Amino acid sequence: MIPIAMNLINQNAYLILCTVLFSIGIIGVLFRRNFIAVIMCIELMLNAVNLLIASYAAHSGNAEGQIMVFFIMVVAAAEVAIGLALMVLIYRNTGTTDIESLSQLKG
Amino acid sequence: MITEIIFILLSVASVVGALMVVFSRNTIHCVLYLILTFFTIAGHYIMLNAQFLAIVHIIVYSGAIMVLFLFVVMMMNLNKDNEPQKSDMAKFIAVLTGGLFLISLVALSKAFVTNNTGLVAVSDIGLVSNLGKILFDKYVFPFEISSVLFISAMAGAIILTKKDPTLQ
Repeated sequence: MIPIAMNLINQNAYLILCTVLFSIGIIGVLFRRNFIAVIMCIELMLNAVNLLIASYAAHSGNAEGQIMVFFIMVVAAAEVAIGLALMVLIYRNTGTTDIESLSQLKG
Repeated sequence: MITEIIFILLSVASVVGALMVVFSRNTIHCVLYLILTFFTIAGHYIMLNAQFLAIVHIIVYSGAIMVLFLFVVMMMNLNKDNEPQKSDMAKFIAVLTGGLFLISLVALSKAFVTNNTGLVAVSDIGLVSNLGKILFDKYVFPFEISSVLFISAMAGAIILTKKDPTLQ
């Protein structure tokens, strides 16, 4: 068993940290044209939200928040598997990783 | 005191890793920096007394998801030369949008500041026995539904990437 001896950091520090990580994820989604990088930045945003939920769960002494983090991880794993399968399919058809090659889908 | 130092080190490492994910040109380097960020987030989970969550995070993200990313990146044979880049104007607007979002969220968070400085008495909530009791008692139905989600995701990924012989 891992020993449990540490005090918790103030909640506001986690709030700021998770906001910064989420904003970096948003910048990445808008900044990159490589669709693998875009999916990675979406993962970054999901992790920021997970960390915030876990910090609130720890500060309120409630374990159900951690269960919620588990379910978000489950959905994130399924989302990555499907998303990367779609990306491989698009790469096979268009021969590029440029996300703007998908603009031909419009009308 | 030592807790604050560990927290600051982990936070700096995770933010720097996240920034390098966005601004690094080489996609392989992006994946490696994202693995660094995920490890520091696992460290944050341990700081939050969520030990089982930290282990699951390392196994799922660093072990499964990032290996999947690395396989896809290697399969597509990406390198710095054929990396598509946005125009400077679009990059500037992206950074501006993210920065404004950050400023507005931080300003908004001042509205509900909690002076919750920790020292929670119940500190064994993150251990596997406690979480397992809750997961298999109260949340057993979402747990089973998530297995259905995984099966469909697995089958969907296989069906999507299978080569269709009638198309070729």
